[in-house]
This record gives sequence, structure tokens and C-alpha cells, in this order.
Amino acid sequence: MKYLDEYRDERIARALVSEIGRRATRPWVLMEVCGGQTHTLMRYGIDDLMPRGLELVHGPGCPVCVTPLETIDKAIAIARRPGTILVSYGDMLRVPGSRSDLFRVKASGGDVRIVYSPLEALKIARAKPAHQIVFFGVGFETTAPANAMAVWQAKHEGVENFSMLASHVLVPPAMRLLLSSRSNRVQGLIGPGHVCTVTGYPEYEKLSADFHLPIVVGGFEPVDLLESIAMLVAQLEDGRAQVENQYCRSVRYEGNERARQIVEEVFEACDQKWRGIGVIVQSGLRLREEFAAYDAQRIFELDTMTADESRECISALILQGLKKPTDCSAFATRCTPENPLGAPMVSAEGACAAYYHYRSHTRATAGPNS
Amino acid sequence: MTEYAKTVEGLSCPAPITSKDAVLLGHGSGGKLSAELLREIFLPAFNNPALAQLNDQAIVDIGGSRLAFTTDSFVVKPLFFPGGDIGSLAVHGTINDLAMGGATPLFLSAAFIIEEGLSLETLRRVVHSLRRAADQAGVCVVTGDTKVVEKGGTDGLFINTSGIGLVRPGIELSADGAQTGDKILLSGSIGDHGIAILARREGIEFETTIESDSAPLHSLVEALLDAGVAFRCFRDPTRGGLSSTLNEIAAQSKVTIELEERAIPVREQVRAACELLGLDPLYVANEGKMVAFVEASGAAKALRAMQSHRLGREARIIGRVIGRDAPLVTLRTALGTTRVVDMLAGDQLPRIC
Repeated sequence: MKYLDEYRDERIARALVSEIGRRATRPWVLMEVCGGQTHTLMRYGIDDLMPRGLELVHGPGCPVCVTPLETIDKAIAIARRPGTILVSYGDMLRVPGSRSDLFRVKASGGDVRIVYSPLEALKIARAKPAHQIVFFGVGFETTAPANAMAVWQAKHEGVENFSMLASHVLVPPAMRLLLSSRSNRVQGLIGPGHVCTVTGYPEYEKLSADFHLPIVVGGFEPVDLLESIAMLVAQLEDGRAQVENQYCRSVRYEGNERARQIVEEVFEACDQKWRGIGVIVQSGLRLREEFAAYDAQRIFELDTMTADESRECISALILQGLKKPTDCSAFATRCTPENPLGAPMVSAEGACAAYYHYRSHTRATAGPNS
Repeated sequence: MTEYAKTVEGLSCPAPITSKDAVLLGHGSGGKLSAELLREIFLPAFNNPALAQLNDQAIVDIGGSRLAFTTDSFVVKPLFFPGGDIGSLAVHGTINDLAMGGATPLFLSAAFIIEEGLSLETLRRVVHSLRRAADQAGVCVVTGDTKVVEKGGTDGLFINTSGIGLVRPGIELSADGAQTGDKILLSGSIGDHGIAILARREGIEFETTIESDSAPLHSLVEALLDAGVAFRCFRDPTRGGLSSTLNEIAAQSKVTIELEERAIPVREQVRAACELLGLDPLYVANEGKMVAFVEASGAAKALRAMQSHRLGREARIIGRVIGRDAPLVTLRTALGTTRVVDMLAGDQLPRIC
């Protein structure tokens, strides 16, 4: 398959692994931002191919993992209302809220539906005028344009039974916070390729300059990631700190202008809570005042709902790359995809789930049917 | 302590939700939740030696003959899909469960649960298709039942079929029979059925239509048994896909399986659809494919026999049983690294991005 096979080619991958081994003379700690990138690293065992001392830590870029507990509780409260249809991306359904998850709400009669695009939720709204249709709009800058477009279209078509429970997060403010931390170990960053396809990477140049941090905007296939790592190692060994674009088949410097425009028109930046990290200033997106009629939080008067997170799991440390999933005492024993203690074990993109699914050392003790 | 560090320290994830007081859709996915339902509710209730085999069919001795007996329910949506429909699928599914035990399928029952309001034309088309599939496979539908439920009591039409077949003398196939050194054969490309259904359901269109692989496998099984090599186990990787089937065999036989990623055939469009939808073809359902565990010295002969059959032309040796360290399925990736192929808890969930 074009644009896929060449990025999974063993020969090219091997050559890049040798190059990384040749260039790396000192230990380096690199972080990949995106859950999708973590998933590929684990799925292809890329960390096993790294030279000794080159450590890959996993970033906060899993939208399911960082959606706050109370937002999930709000989605559950909406889904329980008669006459309401909650429409969501698939992997939000299994994420535990305080007391339940959306799958259980569905099993007890709530109308919860999975779609691939928010525009499908709008279609449902047009077809079911007697129902309230709420789209659970989560994600990073990547999903923001489509979510914005759905709200924009609803307003311009006068669809009144459609609203959005928005919980959007932005990568650069979170990375800035993470890099400012005294416990930060990250020396090089694989930037989020899909996010940058929308936003471009001027913001990342500021990050790179402020923290003297090499950044390579990277793709999601094994060869993409190996090439990104090779580029980062080269920068680190040369003492350079700049932004380079490995994912140039998708990312342009200025991003996708039309996508940015629609986001700008519908959303505005706001302080946002990140599950596992806390409130980060100006790190989220909320609907602008002109679109207040489409804001599910206001329509359903959920603004005051809050939830306390328990201290059970160490996702806070995992989402910042300070600990590995295998450092957690509950990993693969008390915390599994069937009974997740925290969001990183739920989502396919979560670091804990990636370790659980692809690592044999976990299974040797847990067993496939235990 | 910085504001940030305080924040970090005070926050983490929620307590587990372990109570399962209701059946979830995931309980029907063929993954770990299904296994849990079986282990905790059904097996304790019906415990007996024939059931305890945990194969796709029960094999019972009656008057010196070994009968294979199985049942399956079909709730597919949409009722008609590229490459088949609920009628033909109801025949193929049950025939294949019999065939995987080395049985020649003979008789079927067919029970219809119909939602009030279903068009008679639809019902006629389904029944006609079921009849044609049975004729083509050489089996007879000898008994049946019809129930009509109120609108909303079911979703259009559900079908249950049961089947009886006769096991060839001397054939012992069971999911607990895999042994170290065995080679694993797969009869063709994976994921065709699941993606055909999903593409139709989601309205995704490709340049050429992806068709379900729904097919009766009993003649392929007969061709294999005629090859005269030592087979341990046959399975058709239906719901839960190749991965769930192999994990079940690994668990029942208590062996470690190693697969070769590059040897597993996946059609171009199925791969593309999986990429688009964020799914792994290893977990996508098939309705006309089988895996066969065969003693290593007979593998080449078995492969030739498979490839000589219409339904096994693309057959490949996809892996082997490497030992008894742990019941586990591993996979050598295209990069030469090794990873685990786990059994999913429930259904695969489409990812956000």
C-alpha cells in the first residue's frame, strides 16, 4: 500500500537503527508526544532496537487518557437522560468515570452511539428532531477542526437539537509545563505529526528556543519514528536545538490554514484540566459565546459538576514520562484492560495499554486468561 | 515545591469499576469478556465431558458412531452484505463449526426470530438464500421454528441454526491438541468478513467492494483429511478474529505460538480499511477461513492439499508452536522484533485519531 509499505520496510528500518547506533555516543532521553506514536513503538518493538542508554519515554498525547474524570461523568449524566442521544468516538466508551462508564450506561438503556466523525452526529440530529443529540467532542488540535465544523454547520443550518460536550486540549502549553518541571528528564521531543498537520510548527520553534530542546515533528509508522529518533540523536550529538520536520508528507510549516480558521471561529482558548496532570493555563478550547447555544455544558447545566480523582494509579507520572507503565505495582495484575484503574490502560493509545498488549514479560506472569 | 509539582502529586486516576451487574456488548465479542461469561456462568451450570472439550462442536458417541453437534445464532446487521446475507451465513457458520471437528455436516435446524413489520419480501429472500446455501453444501434443513416478537423486541431478524454431522473414524481434532513443533496453516486472507460488514454499515466505499469470505469449509476439511497427515486441530477464526482463535488454542493446549507477521495474508483494501478505521486485522472476523495445526513433517503436504482446494488457494504457513513456557501468542514483526498478540477484552474500539 503506497505511503505505508515503504514506511514499514525492514531494510530501511534496519539502516536507520544502525545510523542511530552509530551516532549515539551518550545516553539520551527522548519523548514521543502522541499516543499513536507510543502505540507504533510498542507494536513494532522499536524500543528493543535502540542502543543501550537511549531511552524512550511516553508523553501525554492520548486524548482519552487526559480527558478529566468529571467530563466523563458529565457525558454519563447526559447519556442517562431520556430523549437524549450521546454520540462519541469509540474509545471514550470504556473509560471509567467516577462510578460507571458509557458502555454500562448503554447496557442499562442509555442511547450511546459510536461515530467516526462529528458530522455523523449532526446527521443523526437532522434525522431525529425530537431528540437532543450531544456530541462528546474530545481530542487535541487534530480533532478540533472537524468538531468546530459540526458546530458551525449546526448553527448555519439552524439545527437546534445538536450540541457538543467539548473537552479539547492543546499540546504546546502542556509540553511547556512538563519541560518547566524540575523533574523533567526529556532531552529531545518527537513532535505530534497529526497535530502539526493542523497547526503547523511555529509554536514548537518557540518551545525549542525557550528550552534549548531539539524537536522533530514525526509521523506514526515505524520508519517515521526511527528517522525522527535518528534526527534527534544527530541534533543532540551536534549540540543543536531546532525544529525539524520528518513528517513532511503531511505537515507544512504553517499547517492547514482553513482548518485553523474554522477552529478559531468556533473555539477560544481556556484553562483546561488534564486528567493526571491538573489545570494548565490556556491549554484547552471552549466554544465561543456566539456558539453558546451549542454548548452542552450550558444546556444541561453541568458546569458545577466536579469529581475527585483517587490516588490509585500513577498515570500522572506516566503521562509526563517520569515513570514507565511497568514501574506501577498494579500493572497487569490489578490493572488490566478489562478492569482498568486508569485511562492509560483503557485507550488503545494509552501507554499502559500499549505495554500490556505488546509485551511478553507482562504476560509471562499474568497469563492470557488470568 | 512549585505549583506544578503540587498539582502533579495530588492527581491520579480513579478507583476501578469492577462490578459487572449487567451484560455488556463486549461479553459477546469473543474476547476475554466472553470467556469470562463462559467460565463463570455457563460452564458451571452445564458441566459435562462433551462440553468441557470447549471446541466449536460437541462430539458424542451414539451406537458406535461419533456425532458432531453444534449450534450458533446469527444477529448480523445489515441482513444483506457484499458476499452474503444472514441466511447463507447461518448455514456456513454452523457447517464450519461441525467441519472443524472433522465431521461431515448432514442435517441443520433453522429457527427464525422475526420482528413484527419485517417485509415478507426480505424474509423470502433470506429463506431462499439459506435454502440455496444448504443445497450447495449438501445439507438438509430438517426442522425449524418461527417466532414473531413485537416491534423493538428484536432487530429485524435473528436466526439460530443447529447442526449434526458424522465424524470420520479415527479423526481426533481438538483445541487442546497442539504440540511443540507443530506448524500453523491459514487458508487465506483475514478480515474480509468483518470489514465487508463494517464498510457497509459505516457507508465507507472503496474502488472495489470488499466482499465477505462467508463459505462452507467442510469440503476443504475433507481434502485436508484425505492428505493423510497428522492434524492436531482445526479452527475457523470467526468473531474475535485470528488472534482470539490462536489465543484460545494456546490456552487450551498450554503452548506458546509464534506467528510471522509477513506470512499472514491481508487484502489490500482490508488493510486500507483497517488503517482508516484504526482496527487491527488480526482481531477482525472471518467466515470462510480456517487454521490448521499440523505435525511439522506433514506441513508441506498439508499446505499443498490446502492450496489445491478452491477455498485455500492463498493458504500459507503463518507460524509454529515454539514451546510450553507460557500459553501465549507472539508475533515476529516486519522489523524482526517480537511482540505479544493479546486477546482483547471486548470489541476493538475505533480510535479518536
